[in-house]
Amino acid sequence: MPQEYLPILILLALATGFAVVNLGVSFFFGCRRPTAEKDTAYECGIVPETNARGRFSVKFFLVAMLFIVFDVETIFLFPWAVVFRELGGFGLAAMTPFMLLLIASLIYEWKRGALEWD
Amino acid sequence: MVPLSHYLALGAIMFVIGVAGVLMRRNAIIILMSIELMLNAVNITFVGFARQLGDLTGQVFAIFVITVAAAEAAVGLAILIALNRDRTILNVDEVNLLKW
Amino acid sequence: MELPFFYLFSVGIIGASILMVTRANVIHAALLLVLTFFFLSGVYVLAGAEFLAVVQILLYAGGIMVLYLFSIMLMSVDVAVRLRQFHRQTIFAMATAVLLALEIWMVLSRGTSYPAFKSFGWGIGATPGNVEALGSVLYTQFLFPFEVASVLLLAAMIGAIVLAKRTIDR
Repeated sequence: MPQEYLPILILLALATGFAVVNLGVSFFFGCRRPTAEKDTAYECGIVPETNARGRFSVKFFLVAMLFIVFDVETIFLFPWAVVFRELGGFGLAAMTPFMLLLIASLIYEWKRGALEWD
Repeated sequence: MVPLSHYLALGAIMFVIGVAGVLMRRNAIIILMSIELMLNAVNITFVGFARQLGDLTGQVFAIFVITVAAAEAAVGLAILIALNRDRTILNVDEVNLLKW
Repeated sequence: MELPFFYLFSVGIIGASILMVTRANVIHAALLLVLTFFFLSGVYVLAGAEFLAVVQILLYAGGIMVLYLFSIMLMSVDVAVRLRQFHRQTIFAMATAVLLALEIWMVLSRGTSYPAFKSFGWGIGATPGNVEALGSVLYTQFLFPFEVASVLLLAAMIGAIVLAKRTIDR
């Protein structure tokens, strides 16, 4: 069984090797003459206004939580979709309450105004 | 072929590391992450037994454990955020209002 | 053939998790936990739990750890790094961990008769594969736990929204 995973292993080795070789070569052979201007954060040419370590808004947390809901939904939908034909109507009946309850949490978050971004 | 005892030993080592992390760190987020480590140690044991017995029940339980972990992370982090906003607390030994 | 990879992944898991519980910077700890999860999904593949390996990366490394990183960014990390990291009870914590390890080791080493090995016997392209087999068990035999899981998630989400929303409104 694990023999089928050889391509993934090769891909992982290549990706790791690429990163290590590139970073290593520039670390050992690159010349470094840092100035204050060079050490600022690169923001596509715009002068950075604040430190990137500042505190973010809590609204991001609510969005991430919405993401978790849909992520869990995906996890359970995936094997369900694979065996949908064999399960038939029973599978549909089994999935409906699950989906309704998860959508209820989305509606709650929406009604509560957690998605308002002002 | 990996013997069952290897899975059990790996799960046990991971669980002990998680317990040590929970007990000795002060930072609340790292304590939560150590709990995730312990949950995953249990999952290794489940999956190892599922493989040994040729029975899928262990894998199904591991999926449920991961689902519960998602719920636990959401509520735990929300509590931390509430604490952090009120009194800017990050360390668990500063949360001592209920201590007698 | 599988054994060297298992040892490789185990060393990765143990090393990354020991590093994780000792880091002062929370973001480093979170990224090390993601690394642990990647090695763990390798172990799952070796154990024939391919769907779990994917779930581990998709939901754990991709979902739950994102939640962790978001909430780390909501708090002031640079302040936390400079504080004392370890609890006063660290000595006792280590002693407890060692005791627990000894206990588990004793239980495991006494257990002489493990159940006999029975193979699943699926490969890529074989029917039923891992996902298919899981699906046929999950929605019939484990239907009730599956529905209860959705109730648990609903309760958790409402609780988390109430806690976080109150923080916003204040």
